[in-house]
Amino acid sequence: MRQAPLPPALAIALPVLGAASILFTWQFLLPWLGVPAYIVPTPTAIFGVFQKSFALLLGNLWPTLIEALAGFVIGNLAAVMLAVLFVHSRVLQAAYFPIVLFFNTIPILALSPIIILIFGLGMTPKIVIAAVICFFPTLVNMIRGLDSASSSEHELFRVLSATRSEIFWSLRLPRALPMLFSSLRIASATAVIGAIVGEWIGSDKGLGALIIQASFNYQSDRLYAAIVLSSSLSIALFILVVAIELRIIKY
Amino acid sequence: MANAIEANRLDVGYGGRQTAVKVLAGLDLAVAAGSFLSILGPSGCGKSTLLRVVADLLDPLGGTISVLGDTPHAVRSRRDVGFVFQDSTLLPWRTVRDNVRLPLAVGQGSLTRKIEDRSEELLELMGLAGFGERLPHQLSGGQRQRVAIARALLGEPRLLLMDEPFGALDEITRDRLNDELLALWRRTGTTILFVTHSIAEAAYLGERVIVLAANPGRLIKDLDMRPFKQDGNRCSREDPAVIAAMAELRAALERAS
Repeated sequence: MRQAPLPPALAIALPVLGAASILFTWQFLLPWLGVPAYIVPTPTAIFGVFQKSFALLLGNLWPTLIEALAGFVIGNLAAVMLAVLFVHSRVLQAAYFPIVLFFNTIPILALSPIIILIFGLGMTPKIVIAAVICFFPTLVNMIRGLDSASSSEHELFRVLSATRSEIFWSLRLPRALPMLFSSLRIASATAVIGAIVGEWIGSDKGLGALIIQASFNYQSDRLYAAIVLSSSLSIALFILVVAIELRIIKY
Repeated sequence: MANAIEANRLDVGYGGRQTAVKVLAGLDLAVAAGSFLSILGPSGCGKSTLLRVVADLLDPLGGTISVLGDTPHAVRSRRDVGFVFQDSTLLPWRTVRDNVRLPLAVGQGSLTRKIEDRSEELLELMGLAGFGERLPHQLSGGQRQRVAIARALLGEPRLLLMDEPFGALDEITRDRLNDELLALWRRTGTTILFVTHSIAEAAYLGERVIVLAANPGRLIKDLDMRPFKQDGNRCSREDPAVIAAMAELRAALERAS
């Protein structure tokens, strides 16, 4: 039997209480069990890093934010444009989609050194890695979305003598939007991962570089703070995507 | 009276001309202008296919078809044909009003006559005044089909093609919409081709009912219902003569299946 939904106040309070209980256990239980601080620093120690080294964290957040955002925009835009091309030309889709599929099977960690070799050590390779990581899910979802109008919807537009561009703007694109946004939600997290992976391999700036430096120097409180910051960045991007989605998709 | 549709030895199929699976084979059919024709038949008999040929959504493999004295393509370009599908095919992101106005938003480039924005008048006619700003998911099934009919009527088509439009509705809503459709037909004088699975609906609505058989689709029964109709093409569902006519249609349908 399905359980009855929780009252609204409880639905908000329970996750907060859940998180608080874990933080509380983390803060007091782990030190008590003898887990050393260089392996797991306490939440207050991590929070302390935000106070002590705020400028350092912000200085490293900035490049990662720019790389993730630029990669997000470029990767998704490229995917949408290629999807539009593919649904309008079955020949192109048949010829090139398998190649795109092959590209997607290359692990991003294996691809990243090549991208860095090509684009050097600046921001560009990180943007490219973030773009590549966003690209494929959006391409697949967008192709499916653009093809998701029913045959009777296509017939309706045919009866009305609609042109190909009218069918695109008034039928295919609005039909694709829900699927596009579901891949944008995923991409909001993966773009940040892409930027950080790029920074790992070759950079002295950004949250990825900070994570590497902090782990080499056993500054685990700084390492954890960088992790908290990168996940907050993903969450912020996710919320931005959802806010735009709610404004655009009302049905 | 002139004929709205004239089909001679019409062959329609899917696939290439040589390898085609024939859906309709050698169909001869003439439909008088301004009449209401119900089309009955088992699944796969080509009822919907016939509507699609008339609407220029499908090219025949052989034979000839003339619609309103012209080719189906010319009729479509003039927006002289309206199509109502089984699922209302409303675009979920457009409001009710914008769905009705879809014919004004697309296909204007190839349109050979000007059509007016009669959306308000049609919404009122279909009992949807005040619903213009709603989205389709906020409507009942019956209301959605009313919107679809209003949209099909926007260009004042001389021919209305309806492919099981009320198939998914409950009995009461269906009966109500049947009466509304008859009233609309009397008012507009539009020729209506109405495909349905329901013998009772076909008999109640049509001035004439044809039954198609499957494999391949061909005409096996052509029944004039006008002798049973009283005011405004309505007939009593309890009239013994109507019941006998329905039994005749049922027997044809059983032979067809």
